[in-house]
Amino acid sequence: MPTANTEEENSKSELQKNHGGGGGFTRWAVVAVIFRLALIYFPGNLNLSSRPEVSTPLTSIRRLAEGYWLKQSSMSPYAGSMYHGSPLLLSVLGPLTVKSLVFVLADLISSILIRATGRKLQIAYRKSLKSLNLLNKSTDSGALSSGDIAALVYLWNPFTIVACVGLSTSPVENLFTILTLYGAATGLAPLAAFGWVMATHLSLYPAILIIPVILLLGYGPDAPPSKLFRSKEHGKVGDGKSSQEIIFSWRRVFHLLVWTSLWSVYVLVLCSISVKQHGSLQEMFQRTYGFILTVEDLSPNIGVLWYFFAEVFDFFRDFFLIVFHSNILFMILPLAIRLKHRPCFLAFVYIAISSMLKSYPSVGDSALYLGLLGLFLDELADMQFSFFLFCGYVGVSLLSPVMHNLWIWRGTGNANFYYATAMAYACFQIVLVVESVSSMLNHDRKLTKLSTSKLQK
Amino acid sequence: MTIQIRKGKRATEPQCLGSQRSLNSEDLLFPNQTGDSKAAVYFQLSNGRFRPPPAHRLIAHHIVDTIAPIFFRVSRTMWLPLRLTLLLLFLLLSPRALLRSGSAAVVSGEEEEFHEELLLKPLPDRKVLAHFHFHSIAPPSKSNGRHHHLFPKAISQLVLFPSSVPFAMWSDLDLILNFLFRLLNNCFSSSRKYDVFLIVFALIGVIVGEFLSFGQVQKFRVKEMELSFTQGRWNYERWGGFDPISSNNAKPPGVELWAVFDVPEDQVDAYWKNLTNSLSGLFCASINFLESSTMYSAPKWSFRITPGRLRYGTLPREAVCTENLTPWLKLLPCRDKAGLAALLDRPSIYKGFYHSQRLYLTSNASVPAETVSGISLEQTLTVVLQPNSPSSSSIHSGESNFQPSWSLSSIFGRKISGKCVLAQSSIVYLQLEKSIFSEQKDNMDNGPNSLASEGFAGGSGFEMSLDPDIVIEEENQSQHKGSSVLYGFWVEKYNESQPFDLGLKWKYPVFWSSRQAPLHASRFLMGSGNERGAIAILFKSANSADSSSGSRHVSDGCELQVDVFQVVPWYIKVYYHSLQIFVDDEAKPIGDFVHKIQVSPSKDKTSPGMMEMLLKLPCDVRSAALTLEFDKGFLHIDEYPPDANQGYDIPSAVISFPSFHSVMHLLSNDSIRKSPLLSRFQEKNRVQSYTEVLLVPLTTPDFSMPYNVITITCTVFALFFGSLLNVLRRRVGEEERYLKAGKKKGWLRVLLSRLLAKLRGKPMEEPDQPSSESAPLIGKKLVLKVILVAVLAVAWQFYST
Repeated sequence: MPTANTEEENSKSELQKNHGGGGGFTRWAVVAVIFRLALIYFPGNLNLSSRPEVSTPLTSIRRLAEGYWLKQSSMSPYAGSMYHGSPLLLSVLGPLTVKSLVFVLADLISSILIRATGRKLQIAYRKSLKSLNLLNKSTDSGALSSGDIAALVYLWNPFTIVACVGLSTSPVENLFTILTLYGAATGLAPLAAFGWVMATHLSLYPAILIIPVILLLGYGPDAPPSKLFRSKEHGKVGDGKSSQEIIFSWRRVFHLLVWTSLWSVYVLVLCSISVKQHGSLQEMFQRTYGFILTVEDLSPNIGVLWYFFAEVFDFFRDFFLIVFHSNILFMILPLAIRLKHRPCFLAFVYIAISSMLKSYPSVGDSALYLGLLGLFLDELADMQFSFFLFCGYVGVSLLSPVMHNLWIWRGTGNANFYYATAMAYACFQIVLVVESVSSMLNHDRKLTKLSTSKLQK
Repeated sequence: MTIQIRKGKRATEPQCLGSQRSLNSEDLLFPNQTGDSKAAVYFQLSNGRFRPPPAHRLIAHHIVDTIAPIFFRVSRTMWLPLRLTLLLLFLLLSPRALLRSGSAAVVSGEEEEFHEELLLKPLPDRKVLAHFHFHSIAPPSKSNGRHHHLFPKAISQLVLFPSSVPFAMWSDLDLILNFLFRLLNNCFSSSRKYDVFLIVFALIGVIVGEFLSFGQVQKFRVKEMELSFTQGRWNYERWGGFDPISSNNAKPPGVELWAVFDVPEDQVDAYWKNLTNSLSGLFCASINFLESSTMYSAPKWSFRITPGRLRYGTLPREAVCTENLTPWLKLLPCRDKAGLAALLDRPSIYKGFYHSQRLYLTSNASVPAETVSGISLEQTLTVVLQPNSPSSSSIHSGESNFQPSWSLSSIFGRKISGKCVLAQSSIVYLQLEKSIFSEQKDNMDNGPNSLASEGFAGGSGFEMSLDPDIVIEEENQSQHKGSSVLYGFWVEKYNESQPFDLGLKWKYPVFWSSRQAPLHASRFLMGSGNERGAIAILFKSANSADSSSGSRHVSDGCELQVDVFQVVPWYIKVYYHSLQIFVDDEAKPIGDFVHKIQVSPSKDKTSPGMMEMLLKLPCDVRSAALTLEFDKGFLHIDEYPPDANQGYDIPSAVISFPSFHSVMHLLSNDSIRKSPLLSRFQEKNRVQSYTEVLLVPLTTPDFSMPYNVITITCTVFALFFGSLLNVLRRRVGEEERYLKAGKKKGWLRVLLSRLLAKLRGKPMEEPDQPSSESAPLIGKKLVLKVILVAVLAVAWQFYST
């Protein structure tokens, strides 16, 4: 789905670009919003809010309503094991009668931010290519705005639409993750800090984005490997212009850290105010982060952990919990070392990995990284297996509900059927991540090759 | 030596009685019998001011006073080992035990009592209800020690002993100190040095023994407890929902246990766990499953009116059979060998439609006022049986509505050959609805006025084989249907040669209906599939006449109060915000009818969800329904029972009507006051009913798959980890070449590559050289390595076997 979809959008937006740039995006965005509203006010019940693909124990709107009800009847929202979300979300979303509009708005803002981030990235990309004298060579094929495409992919991705219409809270979580990237890409440390703190507060996994955010603020947006510039500098002695770009700006990072601590204190204070009457912050952490880390709820979802922990022997449980969670952490350092010159792409890879290995994944998480994938259209142009992946995503997203229906509703299938689709989905995600990383590295190699060949000429 | 000690113990008893007398005669010089003034001084010190100590302490002092000299008499004449054993034996019989047995022997004013009663009642749907009621009473707490004549010891141990713990501890401690003091005194007078060691040893032993007995004595501290084993479901529509039997004795299927404890709130759970385990052993049932915190709850106000440290748990799946009945019968003094319990022929009572054995225990031991009885144990067995009377049906072959005639021997296959000799009273009651008589009056128009003469004179629609000894009429001002007549039969008049065999023969077809609770409650599941569903509780007005009469209890607003108490297991994840109310098939806002609601939501694998709700419905309501949505949980494979596909039970909900009381107003009579069954009927109890148990099928994972799932999942993780790392560390030749060409190599890297080349035994690779050339060489090495490993493995295999 990602790349083929991208290609589709690619051609579309290319057409629109010919007719006149931003107008195309606006039109499509408006149509996407109208489409969402039409689905939300669809007379028949689509039952999307109770689909396991859409609503996990963390993002389910029904659980949020239960938490709000408990809070209203003067109990702790975390009494029982229904609600596992943030108390802030409860205070904001709980009293609203039309919750769906918030999610539509969140999606729209997310897409606008993605577009802005994309612009920023593209400008930086062109600039760096220009400085390497590779511009005409590389951009004759990719002269279209990848930001527009990414934003539209995000808006029109069926996963995003389903997550939004199914009223899961993942659009809001995605919004804060995207806000982090936007803030970091535009160099706004307070905004990036706010986004990061909120995203971490809501779903814990974006915590690992602190590394790409620091790199993004320190080095600026994605660029070809720094040694390329250095070697170029080496070749062209006396050119002072390129030497500026590889300076790591500690000042911004310092700002980020200060703002991060400020925002986290602020969020914690807000949380403690909102849970003060019936519980404590410790209970909140236990019920949110603790629930994420010790995979307590074994209801089926599109991830692989639920069935594993439903079947694994009890005395191995802790061991495997550690192993699976550290699988995310293990990859942080190698990726950061290898992709430090492309922090935005690094963030994409982190998001993809965490949405694949997180304890309660939903399609909303996939929607986020598929949308971000569009940002790197130019770099990933020669990615392998894109058609295969597209077919895989489509196939899995069609088969998975069927298997779920066979198992849960009809009783003719069994758990293994549904689990098999979850495994296939995990495999496709793995292939996507590995291939995108590999093609990004290849792209860098290609740039290196081109620039060295230019140098040698 | 044990004989000697026992002798000593026995010798104390008359002295104890003497001391009691001396206390009663206000003789404050209580220690004068032993002539030891130090004890008196000690009392003065310990109590602060001089006052006569309580009787049991006096008695214990006498025990000490008598045993200590015996002990020393022995010790002076015999040698050390003997004395040590003696001391040990004495310590084993801890002072507390002596104290208890002594006091039990002294104060035995009231006798333990045992009553047995049987109530027989024909039911409207041609069945017969037999309700056995056995009542054991242990006298007030002061005198119940460790010994009982009639009362089952196993049950009395569940109850708290009188004095509160710290006081008991201290009162014993001063005894012990007194004893040791005297011991010391004796030793120094006998001037034997090694006796000091003996005393230190004794001190340690006494303290340890004291702590051990401290742990044992206050075992469960149950204030009130009810345990029921039930099979079948009470048919509230036909068998009645308003009378005392249906409110008190109709129980949910399986096991139901609730208990009120007399301990601080934070210890209740621990005591509950101990209680479930010991009851489990006592009744051969899996009550110990109620130990887990997922199985019990603590209702606040809807289950019992009396607030307290109540715990409530049910096991709907528990199968009830003779293995549970036998231990229950063992608690009776005559077991099933004599008396009314002799009727309990296993095949005939388990053949019935409903079978519920119940054990209800109350203790007022903790209450300081000693006017009420100590422990009272009520054992009831309620069975609904179908009398098979081929004779009557053959005679009136055309009449299908004819009530079957029956006798005790035709129902139970046995007769009563006299009462249980240990029982104070042994009575059989036959309960008939008054409406039968009025109906007969209407139909026949020839009956005499007096109910009593009408009943057994044979002039009416039925005939009893025996003449009743007493006729008790229910006194009911409102005179609406439901009031009844009781015929009592003294069983003690009958014996082996002339067994008691009550028979009832119907002459005419009669119809009546039992009195219904104001609302008939039923519960069902909605939805399909194994993902989610909804629980619905439906109230239907029993009939218009009843509800209008019931409304008199309520004020002019005319509201019908309904208490709902429902416990759901944690894997049924109820969304309480989805509560909906439909009154007369219309959805209504919740606030209009729910007067009070208290919810404790379920915690995964920790506690069940509990809902208590007080509804106020209008009196003229025809039907009301509550619905609650839920998600079905998914369990770990170890948490599924062996028959996982059968489904899970949601225990019955308890529906009670606080403004209605099931009480029989009987014309007060001396015999009624003596009869525990009738006095129980006259107690004001809330009308209560249980709903159906719901069976919820839950999705099961594949139980045969754990290894496959583990390996496949781990493979996928390995695939991710391996392939991503591989991509990250892969360097293409061009890049390396570029690196070598474009940059100067570090000296370390040069050294390293040279070293590597040396090790490989090859000249340093040229960058242009394709890597494929080195492949066969590695292959050769690989083959060698594989062979080496294989040889090693073979050798290992050879030598290890």
